[in-house]
Amino acid sequence: MAQHATKTARFQAVTANTVQQGEVVYFAENGAWQPRLDQAIIVEGNEAAQALLQKAQRPDAELYVVNMYLFEVVKTKNGFKPLSVRETIRAAGPTTRLDLGKQAQGE
Amino acid sequence: MYRYDEFDQQLVNERVAQFSGQVARRIKGELSEDAFKPLRLMNGLYLQLHAYMLRVAIPYGTLSARQMRKLAHIARTYDKGYGHFTTRQNIQYNWPKLAEIPDILNELAEVEMHAIQTSGNCIRNITADQYAGVIEGEVEDPRITAEIMRQWSSFHPEFSYLPRKFKIAVTAHKNDRAAIRFHDIGLVAVKRDIGEKNYEIGYEVHVGGGLGRTPFIAKKIRDFVPKAQLLAYLEAIMRVYNMLGRRDNLFKARIKILVHEIGEDEMRRLVEAEFAHIDAAKILAVPKQELDRIGAYFAPPNYESLPAESDILDKARSTDKAFDHWVQTNIVDHKIKGYAIVNISLKPIGGVPGDANAEQMDAIADIASQYSLDEIRVTHEQNLVLPYVKKHDLKNVYDMLAAQNLATPNLGLISDSIACPGLDYCELANARSIPLAQEISQRFADLDRQYDIGELKVKISGCINACGHHHVGHIGILGVDKKGTEFYQLSLGGAGDETASIGQITGPAFTGDEIVDAVEKLVTSYIDLRQPGERFLDTYRRVGLTPFKEQLYAPD
Repeated sequence: MAQHATKTARFQAVTANTVQQGEVVYFAENGAWQPRLDQAIIVEGNEAAQALLQKAQRPDAELYVVNMYLFEVVKTKNGFKPLSVRETIRAAGPTTRLDLGKQAQGE
Repeated sequence: MYRYDEFDQQLVNERVAQFSGQVARRIKGELSEDAFKPLRLMNGLYLQLHAYMLRVAIPYGTLSARQMRKLAHIARTYDKGYGHFTTRQNIQYNWPKLAEIPDILNELAEVEMHAIQTSGNCIRNITADQYAGVIEGEVEDPRITAEIMRQWSSFHPEFSYLPRKFKIAVTAHKNDRAAIRFHDIGLVAVKRDIGEKNYEIGYEVHVGGGLGRTPFIAKKIRDFVPKAQLLAYLEAIMRVYNMLGRRDNLFKARIKILVHEIGEDEMRRLVEAEFAHIDAAKILAVPKQELDRIGAYFAPPNYESLPAESDILDKARSTDKAFDHWVQTNIVDHKIKGYAIVNISLKPIGGVPGDANAEQMDAIADIASQYSLDEIRVTHEQNLVLPYVKKHDLKNVYDMLAAQNLATPNLGLISDSIACPGLDYCELANARSIPLAQEISQRFADLDRQYDIGELKVKISGCINACGHHHVGHIGILGVDKKGTEFYQLSLGGAGDETASIGQITGPAFTGDEIVDAVEKLVTSYIDLRQPGERFLDTYRRVGLTPFKEQLYAPD
């Protein structure tokens, strides 16, 4: 499984891609997978992060999502944002085509 | 060009039906992702950052106008209105939905196309010189051999699970436009004198080239393999690789590592031993009748008898400066007088290298139908080619291309960069590539400046896998990740042509904000250092890395 958070990461969330479209989604309340990071469950500390990942990995998860992993987020005055460029691009869409991806849908 | 026979069509149709069933079972949850992933990869379907990506094969880079229209239709109907032409002469769609993949594959099969073997540890799409059949000085049209190899390698049961992916390129010209020395196997058609003014055509065989994490220039292991024995010789190479290639370490599994570890001489000895065994059985000798049948598809068209020069062309050049620039830069001499080879740049200033939208694809198909005998080629440098344009039609072709922003006169210039999809799309990437290509083309947009700089191949990869061929860029740029931040390493002096060389790393990497300035410093250094007539690569080879490095890292 891909590793996108360091051992010292403070805040983390779980992400995946949907089976149907490959769309980027985030693990959210009530076991749902939501398209926006601001809908994701954010946890603090490595132990809580592992517990969150375990919760996301329920037996039927594979029906809906693939490529599930934890990634690091940082707290800003506008809410949580991905730490890495990679996750920032996943959350928004290609930086070269602002008309595509979640950024184009106002997400 | 080649047309499917009943066997080709049946194979493709059956594979589409099989994979459609697998997709349906995955969506219903009857197939796990672990079970499905290798199946989707065998059918060219990747999962990237934002969506699935479907890679469609364009054998030896040759397309008909009908096929191009279908690619446009797929872009418009199933994707987001565009496609991306790659460094392996394929096209990639970046946004298909899983449930619609069977429909796309059925549409492709209608025009004799597919996505089979565009991924996975098998023999991938075989690439060729984009000027095949139309360039002066060619030994023969290399696509005949490429097609024979395509048929031999498609669904070859022994080579379906190789240690790693396997890429073959072929050319029949002394000027290598197919980067054959950077492929697992690179073939060059050559002539051998057999006396009494007769000659025989065969192949020079290069093995173990590659880019990626560990770049190597291929070793020539045979000066001449007679045409009739080529498949036997290739099978021998594949068999040695399949037996001895490493399966314990992903990063050491390519044939280039095997050749490097056992040495060129031992590789040659093993291949020759295996070849003797296979050749004796005679089962891989292609019957002359079949060779002739396939060769007939690539027979030269009925060229018109035209004057070498065109008054219409000359007049248009004298009155339209932009057209004259385009002719000067993007047109290559055709082997038949009165005809021209037209290069269509997919690198507009500020554009995404290799991208074409559906309207552009349709326009190119229309132009090919009207002016290029229905044929289009894809180049490994992410441009397109119209191979059969009459010189007196060039102005009409130019006007139609210009109307679609497809007439940028920059072939081989600094704004004609290769760039992989990079971190904007790719699951494997560490850094973005496309924005650098865009920024470099904008920085050097002035055409007079580009002409003054002359030939300069910039090649950009977003990770060490080197899909952007950075190792063979005159200026190569490699994106690296440092704690989640993009950095860019520069290398100089690479060349993917017949003078093959691997670029040398200049030193510490640059940030995204610094890298285009760094490229400009290199260009300025070249201008200062060059002697009359020298291209960037010539100057680099004469003076070496040091003077460039001194300028690059000098404090401002």
